[in-house]
Amino acid sequence: MNIRDTTAYSLRAVVTHPLRAFLTVAAIAVGVAAVVLLTALGEGVRGYVTKEFSQFGTNIIAVNPGRLQTHGVPLGVFGTVRPLTIEDALALERLPAVESSVPVVQGNADVEYGRRTRRTTILGVNHAMLRAFTMDLANGEFLPDGDPFQPRPLVVLGATVAKELFPDRSPLGEAVRVGGNRFIVIGVMAFKGTILGFDMDDIVYIPTARALSLFNREGLMEIDIVFNATRSVESVVKQVTTLLEARHGAEDFTITTQQQMLSVLDSVMNALTATVAGLGGISLLVAAVGILTMMTIALAERQKEFGLLFALGIHRRQLLVLVVLESLFLAGSGGVIGILIGIGGAVLVSHLIEGFPVSLEWRYIAAAEMVALFIGAVAGVLPAIRASLLDPIETLRTE
Amino acid sequence: MISLSNITREFVVGGQSVFALHDVSLSIDSGEYVSIMGPSGSGKSTLLNIIGLLDRPNQGTYVLSGHNVTDLDADGLAVMRRRHIGFVFQFFHLIPRLTAEENVALPLMLAGVHGKERQEAVDKALAAVGLSDRRKHKPDELSGGQRQRAAIARAVVMAPSIILADEPTGNLDRKSGEDVIHVLEKMNAEGITLLVVTHDPEIGSRARRRLLLRDGAVAEDKRPDALRA
Repeated sequence: MNIRDTTAYSLRAVVTHPLRAFLTVAAIAVGVAAVVLLTALGEGVRGYVTKEFSQFGTNIIAVNPGRLQTHGVPLGVFGTVRPLTIEDALALERLPAVESSVPVVQGNADVEYGRRTRRTTILGVNHAMLRAFTMDLANGEFLPDGDPFQPRPLVVLGATVAKELFPDRSPLGEAVRVGGNRFIVIGVMAFKGTILGFDMDDIVYIPTARALSLFNREGLMEIDIVFNATRSVESVVKQVTTLLEARHGAEDFTITTQQQMLSVLDSVMNALTATVAGLGGISLLVAAVGILTMMTIALAERQKEFGLLFALGIHRRQLLVLVVLESLFLAGSGGVIGILIGIGGAVLVSHLIEGFPVSLEWRYIAAAEMVALFIGAVAGVLPAIRASLLDPIETLRTE
Repeated sequence: MISLSNITREFVVGGQSVFALHDVSLSIDSGEYVSIMGPSGSGKSTLLNIIGLLDRPNQGTYVLSGHNVTDLDADGLAVMRRRHIGFVFQFFHLIPRLTAEENVALPLMLAGVHGKERQEAVDKALAAVGLSDRRKHKPDELSGGQRQRAAIARAVVMAPSIILADEPTGNLDRKSGEDVIHVLEKMNAEGITLLVVTHDPEIGSRARRRLLLRDGAVAEDKRPDALRA
């Protein structure tokens, strides 16, 4: 029996019962569509979050006060943590591998202009912030490179704050009150949007020393270091560690690299994608049970046909191939239809919900089709083995 | 052609042994026309199934066309069936979704014969049973007699040396039954060995050799023409 005849015979058997074939194909198609759609959504979210995280570049490391480690006994006076200071930031900036450092203090305070007040996020930063985080100004200028300890009371407004406080005029040169203190507006940031739910436009930027004073803080919350991209992150971490240990007398700080953050994020996102793929997999499992049931019923009805084929001289393995091919046709076509539905669904979602991240991954699509074919093969093999073990005499005895 | 020596076929039913055939020895020459008759349970169908290689004896030896087929494996039996034996069943056993032509072509398809060679063999078989004009009809569009003639065409399309017909007229009216028997006898006249299992004495008496089975044994083996001669 050649391939063409085998294929034609199996295909003919499938299309003879269109409703049965449709239901079987539909079961597989739903499972595959679920996998394709869910993984597209999962991968979309993963890509979106990763992009948001890495948009500031990968040659940034963050230094935070305190050490994340577990001690066996209380450390007493030796366990005290020295705060990170502006001096630390300045010292770090002098390292050969470091291009700039941004001492960061964050808090919330009222920003007032005339009779308008908005409670918003206050970021204490320095002049290097703009370049470190590749941000753009809409108007004016960013905080100047002045005396870091006695900076002038200057403020740069986020786009939302500027719009809310100055709905019908330019804020440049105007005096606003931040936490009750008078600041002169020298710049307005370009619209940035939200990053992981954080509104990047509802922020005002003031010099770090002013923020320390405003929030009555002794130390910085973070120092962000931009290093030369030609240097390895490990060598920069080593330099930073050595310097700060020398200054603090102990390693009382924590360094987080962008790679570490992305790695953690990646593992979270992998888990997310695996979860949604698993949900789709359950749909495929249900489909497998469906196709197995359908094939079992279909083959039970065709026992006489198989008995006849035996009488006509078919080999058992030929019969196995015929039956498994039928199952593969059903599962394979269900898989293809499911992929088309899944892709269509993903495209539809991205159109209906503007900006919703969707990413069709061919490896998941190919895997879904492979799983569909595997299900088809397994669902076909069991009834096919039963069919091949039939007693032709019994099956041919009656009408 | 067919040589059965001391064939025994035993079934176990409800824990008890039942002999469908017991120590049957039989020799059938090429081109013979043999009817096999006997009451229900006499072993007619079992004998036909063993000769047709659909069943195996528990004891004895079966030589078909010079080949000892007693111990062949399933694939070997399938090959021998395909090459040497054509089956005609009481209930036709045509595949409903296939046309008469496609049903007739089935043995050729299983044997890997294709293209022009297949088409010529199908045309010849359909012409031999007078069904050339019904080739595109499906079984449910054919009468009972036509269905059985299509089944005979399928049985002879591989040019077998033996046709085994199990109650070939049992599901047909008298006229159709006679047509079918004429077609089978025509095949026999062309040299094919014909074995017909039947309950119908009229059909059985047409054969040149008549076997009567009783209780799993050959009770009579008559050759009326030879006696008359």
